Amino acid sequence: MNGTGLLRRVAPQLLTLAAVLALVTVFFPSFLSVGLSGDRLVGSPIDVLKRGAPVALLAIGMTLVIATRGIDLSVGAIMAICGASAAFAVDQGWSLGVAVLLALGAGLLCGLWNGFLVAVLGIQPIVATLILMVAGRGIAQLITEGQILTFSDAGFAFLGSGAVLGLPVPAWAWILAGIVVGLVVRRTALGLLIESVGVNLRASRLAGVNSTVLLLTVYMISGLCAALAGLIVTGDIRGADANNAGLWLELDAILAVAIGGTSLLGGRFSILASLIGAMIIQSINTGILLAGFPPEFNLVIKAILVLLILMLQSPRLGDVAAGLLARRRRADETGAAPRPVQEAGR
Amino acid sequence: MLLHARGLTKRFPGTVALDNVEFGLAAGEVHALLGENGAGKSTLIKCLTGAYRRDGGEILLDGRAVDPQSTAHAQELGIGTVYQEVNLLPNLTVAENLTLGRQPRRLGLVSRRAMRSLAREMLDGYGLSIDVDRDLGAYSVAVQQIIAIARAVHLSGKVLILDEPTASLDAREVALLFDVVRGLRERGLGIVFVSHFLDQVFAISDRITVLRNGRHVATTEAASLDRVRLINLMLGRELAEETSHNHGRREAGAELLRAEGLGRRGRITPFDLTIRSGEVIGMAGLLGSGRTETAEVLFGATAPDSGTVRDAKGPLDLSTPARAIAAGFGFAPEDRKTDGIIGDLTVRENIALALQAHRGWARPIPRAEQRRMADEYIRRLDIRTPGAEKPVGLLSGGNQQKVILARWLAMNPRFLILDEPTRGIDVGAHAEVLRLINEMVSSGMSLLVISSELEELVAVSDRVIVVRDRRHVAELAGQAITTEAIVNAIAAPEAKQEARA
Amino acid sequence: MNLRRLPLYVTIAIFVLAFLLCWLQFPRILSTRVVGNLLTDNAYLGIAAVGMTLVILSGGIDLSVGSVIAFSGVFIAVLLRDTGMHPLAAFALLLMVTTAFGAAQGALIHGLAMPAFIVTLAGMFLARGIAYLLTLDSIPIDHPFFETLQRAYWLMPGKGRFTLLGAVMLLAVAGGMLLAHRTRFGTNVFALGGGEATARMMGVPIGQTTVLIYAFSGFMAGLAGIVFAVYTAAGYPLATVGVELNAIAAVVIGGTLLSGGSGTVLGTLFGVLTMGLIQTYIVFDGTLSSWWTKIVIGLLLFLFIVLQKGLLTIGAARRAA
Repeated sequence: MNGTGLLRRVAPQLLTLAAVLALVTVFFPSFLSVGLSGDRLVGSPIDVLKRGAPVALLAIGMTLVIATRGIDLSVGAIMAICGASAAFAVDQGWSLGVAVLLALGAGLLCGLWNGFLVAVLGIQPIVATLILMVAGRGIAQLITEGQILTFSDAGFAFLGSGAVLGLPVPAWAWILAGIVVGLVVRRTALGLLIESVGVNLRASRLAGVNSTVLLLTVYMISGLCAALAGLIVTGDIRGADANNAGLWLELDAILAVAIGGTSLLGGRFSILASLIGAMIIQSINTGILLAGFPPEFNLVIKAILVLLILMLQSPRLGDVAAGLLARRRRADETGAAPRPVQEAGR
Repeated sequence: MLLHARGLTKRFPGTVALDNVEFGLAAGEVHALLGENGAGKSTLIKCLTGAYRRDGGEILLDGRAVDPQSTAHAQELGIGTVYQEVNLLPNLTVAENLTLGRQPRRLGLVSRRAMRSLAREMLDGYGLSIDVDRDLGAYSVAVQQIIAIARAVHLSGKVLILDEPTASLDAREVALLFDVVRGLRERGLGIVFVSHFLDQVFAISDRITVLRNGRHVATTEAASLDRVRLINLMLGRELAEETSHNHGRREAGAELLRAEGLGRRGRITPFDLTIRSGEVIGMAGLLGSGRTETAEVLFGATAPDSGTVRDAKGPLDLSTPARAIAAGFGFAPEDRKTDGIIGDLTVRENIALALQAHRGWARPIPRAEQRRMADEYIRRLDIRTPGAEKPVGLLSGGNQQKVILARWLAMNPRFLILDEPTRGIDVGAHAEVLRLINEMVSSGMSLLVISSELEELVAVSDRVIVVRDRRHVAELAGQAITTEAIVNAIAAPEAKQEARA
Repeated sequence: MNLRRLPLYVTIAIFVLAFLLCWLQFPRILSTRVVGNLLTDNAYLGIAAVGMTLVILSGGIDLSVGSVIAFSGVFIAVLLRDTGMHPLAAFALLLMVTTAFGAAQGALIHGLAMPAFIVTLAGMFLARGIAYLLTLDSIPIDHPFFETLQRAYWLMPGKGRFTLLGAVMLLAVAGGMLLAHRTRFGTNVFALGGGEATARMMGVPIGQTTVLIYAFSGFMAGLAGIVFAVYTAAGYPLATVGVELNAIAAVVIGGTLLSGGSGTVLGTLFGVLTMGLIQTYIVFDGTLSSWWTKIVIGLLLFLFIVLQKGLLTIGAARRAA
C-alpha cells in the first residue's frame, strides 16, 4: 500500500482517535500538554503511549491471528507465564538476557502449542486457545509458586518503567515491535499469504500456500508479542503477578483489532490500524480517569464501542446499507453457489 | 397433471437461468430431470420449492396456482424435497429427525414413546429395520436418504423431488433406494428424479425432461429414448455440424509424465495415463463421472492412495498441491469461487499468489515486479478490469477465469490441468480461453482439459480420455476424436455396475 | 450405544474415579458433609453452567454470565438497601431484567448475524459496567429473609447440610434437562448446533430459538446471581470475574461439544462437581497449591476437546466406510 492508500485505510481510526482526544480535552483541558521532566517527557499523551503498551503489543499478534480467521484467547495467560518465567530467572540470579530469552522462548512455545491445536489437529481457534487461557494462569502460578514474585533487578525494571530518548521503554517496545512485525509481514510475502488464507483457505491451499506452517507462524508471533507484553508489565511493577498480569487483556486486544477495522471473519488486516485502535482504548481509559468521571464508565463505553463495531461489520446490516450501491454485485453473488460455511470441528 | 410449471422464467444479472421452461409431472410417475451443470435443473427445483422467487410463469399444483414462498411453505403445499446432502441432522436421533417440529407432546413435554411410535409409523413401508433412537449419523448415507424421503413424504405427500439422491451411494444402496421410490410411485406420488447417472435414470424413470442452457429441450417417454440420443440432447450437439479436429497439426513430443495405477478409493478407480510434452489431453464424461477426481489426485488436492507418477528423472511427490506445483503442475479448478479466486484480494495479488507461495514467504516478489506481471497478463489475456488493484471478486466469471489462468502462466508449469475452463463465461471470453489453450500448448506446455462441451474437446485435444463411473473407460486419438465417438463412449452400455470397493 | 453419549459416560467415570482416588487418600471425603458443601459451594456455578450448556449446545457462547451474576448481586443489594421491597419481589424484578438482557443479546446475534462471542463480549462489558455504576463497594445484605434463606437446609445423616442453594441448583439442572432433552425447543437447540442451514431447511425457527436460548442463559445467570448473593450475603461489582470461563469449562468437561450439537445437561452437573472436587481435594491435602486446580482443569479441557475431535473423526470415517 502506498502512502495515500495507507492513510485512507487508517483514516477512520485516526478520526476516532482525534475525536476521543478532543472530547477528553474538553473535560480536561491540559490533557494534550507534554512537558519535559529531567530527561524524560511527561504528560498524559506519554502516559497513554506507555500504559497502552501491553494491549498494543497483544494487538499486533492478534491482528495476524484474526486475519487468518482465527482468534487467540490465551494471550493474557501467556503474558502471565512469560512474566513469571522472567521473574523466576532473575530471582535465580540469572542474567537479564537469559531472563528475556526464557520469557520469549516460553511465549513461542505457547504459540506453538496453540498453532499445533489449530493447524495440525484442526480444532477451532476459539476452542483451542481456551485451553491455555484456563490452564495458563495455573502454570504461571506454578512458576511463581503462588507468590507475587518481586525482584530488584534494575535492568528488568527498566523494561517496564525506564525511558530512552525521553520516551518510556514500553512505548518504544510496541512502536518498534509494530514496525518490525509490520515490515516483516509487508516486506516479505507473509502478509499476502496470511490474507489469502484468511479469505479463502481452500483456494489458497490449491494455489500452493502451505497453510499449516502459516497458521503455526501467526500463533507463534502472537505468543511472542504476548511475551513482550508480559515482560513489560512485570518490569513495570517489579514483580510477576500470575493472577492479574494480563488479566482480560485478550479481550481488549481483540477489541483493538476490531476497532482497527480488521474483520473478525478474516482477510485484509492492518497492524497500524490495530495499534491506533489500542491507543483509542487507552485514551478512553486515561481520559475518563483524568476528566474526573468514575472509571466504571469505561466498561459501558467499551460495550457501546463493541456494539458500534458490530453494526459496522455486520454482514446483514452491511447488505442493507450497501444495498443500493452494490445491487448488481450482490445479485451476481446470489446467482452463484453460496460460500460454503465452514463445518464445525473440521 | 399433478404439478405443472408453465413458462417458468428466472433471471440472474447477466444470465437467464430459466427461460420460459415447461415442466409437467403426473401422479404416479417418476420423471427424470436431466441436464449438465448450468442447464437450469437446480434453478427449476429451487423455483418449485420456493427457495427462489421466479420472475415469470406459473406453478399449478392439482390444477390450482400455487406460489411457494419457502421450502417450508412448499412442503405445506405438498412439495417435498430430498437433496444429495444437507438433509437432516446427524447429531439428532432418527426419531427426532423424522418428527422435528412435530414431536408429539404430553403435558408440554415431548413424549418419547409417542415420538418413537410416530417415527416407526413414518418409516413403515420403507423396508428399514433400524433403531429410531440411534443417532442419524450412525447410519449409512443410503439409510439417511431413505429417512429423509420418509420425512418429506410424511410432511408433503404429493410431490417428491429427489435431487441427486444417489450421488454417494453404491449399487446395492441404489437398489434399496429405488425400491422405496417404486413403492411411492405406486402410492400415487409424483416423483421428480434428478441424477447424472444415466443407467439409474433409465432404470427408474417413466419420462425424461432435458434442459440445456436454461431452456426446455425435450420431454419424452424414457422407453422411447436411447442413450446416445439422450446424451446428444444433454450436451446439445447438433448432428449436422461436426466440428473439425486439428488432426495432426501438432507433433507429439517426448513423454513427460507417466501415471501408473494412480487412484483413490471411493473417488477414482486406479488409472494409467501418459502425458507427452506439448499435447492437450481432453477428458470427457458426465458430471460426477470421475473427471474432477482424476484432476484432484494428479494435483495432490486429494492424496492418492495408490499408484505413482514419474517423469524422466524418477517418481514425483504429489501428496499436496504445494508439492505438485513444485513438480511443475498447475490446476485451474471447476468451482472458481470456492476453489480458485481469493475474492477480497486484488487481481495483482491473485495472479502473483501461486508463484509467491512457491518462492516461499521470505522471498517476496517485489511490488514493481508484481505490477509488471499483472499488467502484462491483463494485456495478454485481455482481462477486463479497471486495474490491477481491483478485488478479483468484483470481476465477471470469464475474467476471474483468466486471472486464474494468469496465475498459472506466471508459474510456467509443464503440466496444467483445466477443469471446465469455459463454464459460465461469455462467448467472447470463451473463444479467448480456447485461443490461450492453443498458445500454451505451442509453447511446449502439456494440458489436461476437462470439459462438458464436446466441440471444445474435439477442437483442442490431441487425445481424449472418456471417464464413466469413476473409471477411465476409453481413449480416443487423432482422427478417431469426434463428438459422436465421445458420446458413444460415454453412453456405452454399462458393464455390470460393481459395488464400490 | 450412540457415540454421542460416550463423553457423558467418560465424564461420570472421571468423577467417580476421582472421588474414589480422593476417598482412598482421605476416607473422610466420603461424607454427607463434603457432598453437601460441594453442592452449596458450587450452586451458583452449576446454575450458570446449565444456561451455558444450552447456549453451547446451540453452537454459541455466552461471555456475559460472570458479569450478569455480579450485576445481580449489586442490583438486589441496592434495591434492598434503597427501597422497602421484599427480596422476593426484587428477585422477580431481577430475573426479568437479566432475561430481557439475554434476549437482547440473542436478538443482536441473530439480527446482526455476528458471532455470539463478540456480541456477548459487549454484554459482558455492559453488565459489569452497570454494576460499577450502581456501586463500587461491596454492599452487605442483612435482610432477615436472607438469613432465612441461608439457614434453610436439611440435615442429612452424618451431619451434612443439604442447603436450599444446593437444592436450587439441582432443580435448575433438572429443569435444564427437561428443557434440553424433553421439549421441542430443546430439540431445536440441538438442531441449531448441528447445523444452522439444515435446521432452517427443516423448519426450525432460527431467530426465535436464538433469542430464547440467550434469554434462558440470562435467566439462569440471574438465578445464579441470586444464589451467589444469598451465599455471600452481599452485592459486589467485582465479584465472579471469569465465572463464564469456569462455566464453559464445566460444560466442556461435562461432555458437551464446544462447537455445539452434542451434549447433556446432566454431564454439566458432573463437570461442575468434578471441578468442585478438585478444589476440595486440594483443601483436604493442605500442601497442594490452588493453581493445580487451573492446570488440572486445563488438562481435562484438553482431554475432552481431543476426545470430541476424535469422535467426530471416527463418526465421519464410519459413514464414509
